[in-house]
Amino acid sequence: MIAHDERRVIPTPFHSRVAAACELNQWEDWKGYTTASAFTDVALEYFAIRNTCGIFDLTPMIKYRVAGPDAGAYLNRLVTRNISKQSVGQVMYCCWCNDAGQVLDDGTLFKFDENTYRICSQERHMDWFLASAMGFDVQIEDETGRVAALAFQGPTSCAVLRKMGFQGIENLKPYRFTSFPFKGDELMISRTGFTGDLGYELWCDPMFAETLWDALMEAGRNYGILPFGAEALGMTRIEAGFIQAGVDFVPALDVVRTQRSRSPYELGLGWLVHLKKANFNGRKSLIAEKEKGSRYRFVRLIIEGNKPAEHAFIFNRRNKAVGTVTTAGWSPTTKSNLAFASLEMPWGLESDELYAEIYYIRELKWTRVMERCRVVTDAFFDPERRHATPAWDF
Amino acid sequence: MTDTFDAVVIGAGHNGLVCAAYLAKRGRRVLIAEAADSVGGASITREFADGYSVSGCAHLLYQFHPEIARDLNLAKHGLVLAGKNLATIALATDGRYRRFSGEVVTGNGLTQHDISEFSAFNGQMTRYAKLLAKVAGRRPPKLVESDWSDKLNLARIGLDIRRLGRDEVRELLRIGAINLFDVLHDRFTDELLKGALSVDGVLGAHMGPRSPNTVLGYLYRHLGDAFGLSGPAIPEGGMGSVTSALAAAARSSGVEIRTGTPVARIICVAGRTSGVMFDSGETIETGLVISNADPKTTFEELVGFPELESGFSRRVHNIRARGTAAKLHLALDGMPEFSGIDAIDSGARLLVAPDLAYVERAFDPAKYGQYSEAPIMEITIPSVHDKTLAPDGKHVLSAVVQYAPYELKAGWDESRTSFQTVIVDTLSQYAPGIRDLITASEVLTPRDIEQQFRIRGGHWHHCELSLDQFMMMRPAFGATQYTTPIDGLYLCGAGAHPGGGVMGLAGRNAANEIIKREKSR
Ligand SMILES: Cc1cc2nc3c(=O)[nH]c(=O)nc-3n(C[C@H](O)[C@H](O)[C@H](O)COP(=O)(O)OP(=O)(O)OC[C@H]3O[C@@H](n4cnc5c(N)ncnc54)[C@H](O)[C@@H]3O)c2cc1C
Repeated sequence: MIAHDERRVIPTPFHSRVAAACELNQWEDWKGYTTASAFTDVALEYFAIRNTCGIFDLTPMIKYRVAGPDAGAYLNRLVTRNISKQSVGQVMYCCWCNDAGQVLDDGTLFKFDENTYRICSQERHMDWFLASAMGFDVQIEDETGRVAALAFQGPTSCAVLRKMGFQGIENLKPYRFTSFPFKGDELMISRTGFTGDLGYELWCDPMFAETLWDALMEAGRNYGILPFGAEALGMTRIEAGFIQAGVDFVPALDVVRTQRSRSPYELGLGWLVHLKKANFNGRKSLIAEKEKGSRYRFVRLIIEGNKPAEHAFIFNRRNKAVGTVTTAGWSPTTKSNLAFASLEMPWGLESDELYAEIYYIRELKWTRVMERCRVVTDAFFDPERRHATPAWDF
Repeated sequence: MTDTFDAVVIGAGHNGLVCAAYLAKRGRRVLIAEAADSVGGASITREFADGYSVSGCAHLLYQFHPEIARDLNLAKHGLVLAGKNLATIALATDGRYRRFSGEVVTGNGLTQHDISEFSAFNGQMTRYAKLLAKVAGRRPPKLVESDWSDKLNLARIGLDIRRLGRDEVRELLRIGAINLFDVLHDRFTDELLKGALSVDGVLGAHMGPRSPNTVLGYLYRHLGDAFGLSGPAIPEGGMGSVTSALAAAARSSGVEIRTGTPVARIICVAGRTSGVMFDSGETIETGLVISNADPKTTFEELVGFPELESGFSRRVHNIRARGTAAKLHLALDGMPEFSGIDAIDSGARLLVAPDLAYVERAFDPAKYGQYSEAPIMEITIPSVHDKTLAPDGKHVLSAVVQYAPYELKAGWDESRTSFQTVIVDTLSQYAPGIRDLITASEVLTPRDIEQQFRIRGGHWHHCELSLDQFMMMRPAFGATQYTTPIDGLYLCGAGAHPGGGVMGLAGRNAANEIIKREKSR
């Protein structure tokens, strides 16, 4: 599909609607698709996600269909998590590694039936997925362009879906998905998302994309619905504690210097690694790392003050640089200055006294401050409504 | 099944036998499971027509390691050489010939320059081959995760290189990086001589004289010179005698050999082998499995990619292992006459490679999936040395013929007959009366070799012998030093360091490494 398009960056199936709503005219190229960075006002969009609901064009997220008698076995060899107990209709968050146990990407795995799955990720992996398919009876297909996807997130999202007639949607548990008839076709709804809030992701044939958008906007009119762009999503992502390939780590197949990649343990994804399951990519190396210890620790930091600590060095008490910030931003909801950072071992314990070296500019004057950081182990923001089933009504 | 074994070796090729024998000598209880009905792998003797036997695949001993023959007492176990220190003779259609024996080349119409240059060339190549022999005789060092013995090994190689002297090292680096065509072209004028020498660089390889790695191929073939042999040998009773002597030696040390016993699967649990399963369904439990089968067979079929990691699987998949050598076997009613050659020399190693460009041109079609219309050949008539192979007064001829690419576009089943015609036509140009002497014949293409000898791709060395698949990169990163990603599973065949040919070093080195590693576990 993409190959036949002459343009380098192509529109998504929602483009007519997105373009009409994108008052700021701020665009970015996301995996070859034209997507909005912001529509009206980033703060407004952010608060729609947290207080009412917002929709986000998710189509460019990379989606692969994995099908065949060996699909389950194939995926269990591919990812570090034990997915053998995944049930049909369940979504599992996973990461996958190269032989050296270094993370290639993280993503979500949808199980349609015993032999059919979808795996969604930030980066493209066809080459690796095909290499991994040798010896398995599976077909792998990039279906990114064949599925239109929207993130629909926020406290009132469930109410809007109910209003649209998706009966029983409130009973859908987090990390589950189901399908509804929609305008003569089928709409798949999963209770997933990148915002850490009550929210859903909607998946349909691109043919119905505009209809879906319109229906949501119509139903959401009295529920504070707003389209939001990548910037507002980014703010919620930090609060929710989700890492992102290419930002918080360099996918292992992209690194030039081997030391720059990270293992799941070094990204706080150790809970996704099941060393006891059968053979999987990275197993040997991860067992060795578990024995020998990791090189880095991935931490969540709350930093004093309000200056964003983007790319800041983190220092210990003795003024030695022990790591860097990978993502940072102000959290309006928790009213704190948040960051993710990758620190050299053994730093990053809650008891460590750490400082972020922050440079900021005010009217062409650069200032440097050293702000005290606190390591937190819980998510910055994890409201009850995110988990409650039936979903709360707002 | 009450027997217990310390180790199971998959395959009774000469390397499997050597490895098993060395392990048994060190007190290990070893079982060899061989798929074929007899031992030997690609080193066998076979009756291909009533009363006519021939070495079924490999037919000359260029570089069988004398230490192994001594250690395993092969003479006592029945190995006799019918012919040794054989000369090599380059054939022509016009009565010219070039005869190579040690450092001496003779021939009608050779210039004095070429004669003395050959002696210098031969001396230099022997010095390089000696360096290669040192490398071949030891476990290849790892460069990155090296332990102290790797470092020592590297230092030794470094020292050996330094001993060559500055000019020699410079020359080695220069010619190692170019190709045999250019090297020969620089040094010699005589085309027949150059053509013949180039064969030593390309035999068994998917390469023409102009391909990179052909200098390595040449030195590898001349490892025998470094081992103190001076020319190839022919064992009495064919190449099968080498492996039956090895089998006898192995048995005498307590090795059990089961033929007609194909291994279906190497059983792996969580990255460790726990034994093998035969085609019959019978399983043998053991913590030590050693594969003499080629790496693709071992990893893809016997272990299975699902038990390995994706990156490693991809490397195995990408190993270059496309054979290009075919075998011709003829039963002859009498002794053929070769143009320009005395009857006394028909027991020599005879080459059809009349000039360098001929050899390169013979290779060209192979790149495009076609066989050579004018092939090169390495011919032996072992019955000259060994009367057991054919009835009285009759002879057998065995030839390696190139190029016959494994992946033939037109398909081998469709092309075997026409290829055989091409070969016999070519042969007739050098031995005009031979056609009338032929009473039986067979051609083995790389496809046949794959099927009959269970070598994926039918490659001489199991995997192409080239610098990117050599030493610590052989057969592929992740399976070097005879180990594999599966704990307890080792490689001991031609696909492991140093490579193929009936030499035995892969098997012996593997045994040494296994003993060292399993002790330290
Ligand atoms: C056309 C041709 C001509 C050659 N000519 C010469 C020559 O003149 N001189 C020379 O030195 N070299 C020659 N070679 C190279 C030489 O034959 C090989 O390099 C050498 O024989 C390899 O020995 P090996 O023991 O490593 O493996 P092999 O001899 O290939 O033995 C491997 C064994 O493993 C067995 N096996 C495989 N899979 C299984 C299984 N699943 N279960 C049980 N057993 C299994 C096979 O049956 C086989 O017996 C030639 C090669 C070719 C192709």
